[in-house]
Amino acid sequence: MKSYSNTYIFIFSVIMVVVVAVLLSFVAMQLKPLQDLNQEIERKEDILASVGEAEDVSDVKDKNAFIEQEFEKYIADSYVVDFNGETVDRDAFEVTLNIKVQADKPAEERLYPVFVYTAESGAHKYIVPVRGKGLWGPIWGYMAFEPDMNTIAGAIFDHSKETPGLGAEINTSWFEEEFIGKKIFNEEGDFVSIGVLKNAETANNPHAVDAISGGTITSDGLDDMLEDYLVGYMAHFKEKGTEN
Amino acid sequence: MSEREPLFSAKNLKLIREPLGSSNPITVQVLGICSALAITVQLKPAIVMTLSVIAVMTVSSVVISLLRKMIPPRIRIIVQLVVIATMVILVDEVLQAFAYEVSKQLSVFVGLIITNCIIMGRLEAFALANKPWPSFMDALGNAFGYGLILIIVSFFRELLGSGTLMGYQVVPNSFYEVGYANNGLMVLPPMALIVVGVIIWVQRSRNNDLVEQN
Repeated sequence: MKSYSNTYIFIFSVIMVVVVAVLLSFVAMQLKPLQDLNQEIERKEDILASVGEAEDVSDVKDKNAFIEQEFEKYIADSYVVDFNGETVDRDAFEVTLNIKVQADKPAEERLYPVFVYTAESGAHKYIVPVRGKGLWGPIWGYMAFEPDMNTIAGAIFDHSKETPGLGAEINTSWFEEEFIGKKIFNEEGDFVSIGVLKNAETANNPHAVDAISGGTITSDGLDDMLEDYLVGYMAHFKEKGTEN
Repeated sequence: MSEREPLFSAKNLKLIREPLGSSNPITVQVLGICSALAITVQLKPAIVMTLSVIAVMTVSSVVISLLRKMIPPRIRIIVQLVVIATMVILVDEVLQAFAYEVSKQLSVFVGLIITNCIIMGRLEAFALANKPWPSFMDALGNAFGYGLILIIVSFFRELLGSGTLMGYQVVPNSFYEVGYANNGLMVLPPMALIVVGVIIWVQRSRNNDLVEQN
């Protein structure tokens, strides 16, 4: 085997690293707009899905355009509130896109976006994003509320790194559908969130859903996420619920 | 170099055929077991993982083979890792841009292709010492051999563990009504090991050459 001088090895490594770095940065820069667009579309799709719109896109040729169009059509209004329920002058979708920034802050300092869905019948639903921690990485979701701001009209969850078949089941419809009709306030009007519990007697308990077998830590994370994030909307929800 | 070997000579085809059976990376060489356990709960991620591994492996193999006379042996492992890591990041970026849904499904496992021992094993054992075309065939064969096992394992795990295939329910509801239940154990990683074990058993009982002589 040929032997190489240290100089050769050094130069070889430098060239290799530079070539790889240039290649990767170039590809990353080129693909960035596409990836960002995918994320925006995904957020919009999730928001729509939480109220049961645009769920089947398998027949749609241009999915991106379709989602944009549906979003424009149904999500007519959106606004941002703070912990005390005061309206903040920010773009709700932009805050949602960067929800990670908000989720890292304590609940009192976050900005809370609300999307108002208007059905063809004219009925409204209110969609809020939530974000928390699963087992391996972040989990997030969108919760849609009836105008009483108490009953859940729909929920969509997603994750980046949960284990397929276990924690990753949070984004399946059987799990998400459990949330429909559940209530986040008890009869005294206090915020109780939704528990994600083992063997929850879900039929009798309006404040709990069944957790995922084998996905305990993800389920617990989801439970914490709902409590931690929804509590920030309470000031606004109580006010809005009475108003509606 | 005196005589040009035909592209699909018997020798080259053997490079593809052998890893599918008698020198299968998972069942015979027992490499790449870790990822085989992790992503075989469902069929679809297993298939996309197979395609990603094929892409990473063939390209890295060809690159290493082209550079084989320039790579200083003292840093060859590092060079191999850099090439593989670059490919994996490229695959990940491309999936995120053009197949967003799938890339979300595979999540961490795409990144973990870097640590797949089959890839480095083949680069080290084959691509460093052979010309690009045979290296390509060898990489393709081993990636297919790996993918074949992934797909077989995930087929049984999804079917018996969730009653679905590719996400579609295949076990009819009437089965559940008469008391059939999905085997929850199938969803957990240990069952992947057992399924791989069963495949090894079947393969060895059919092919005596693989059984070690005492």
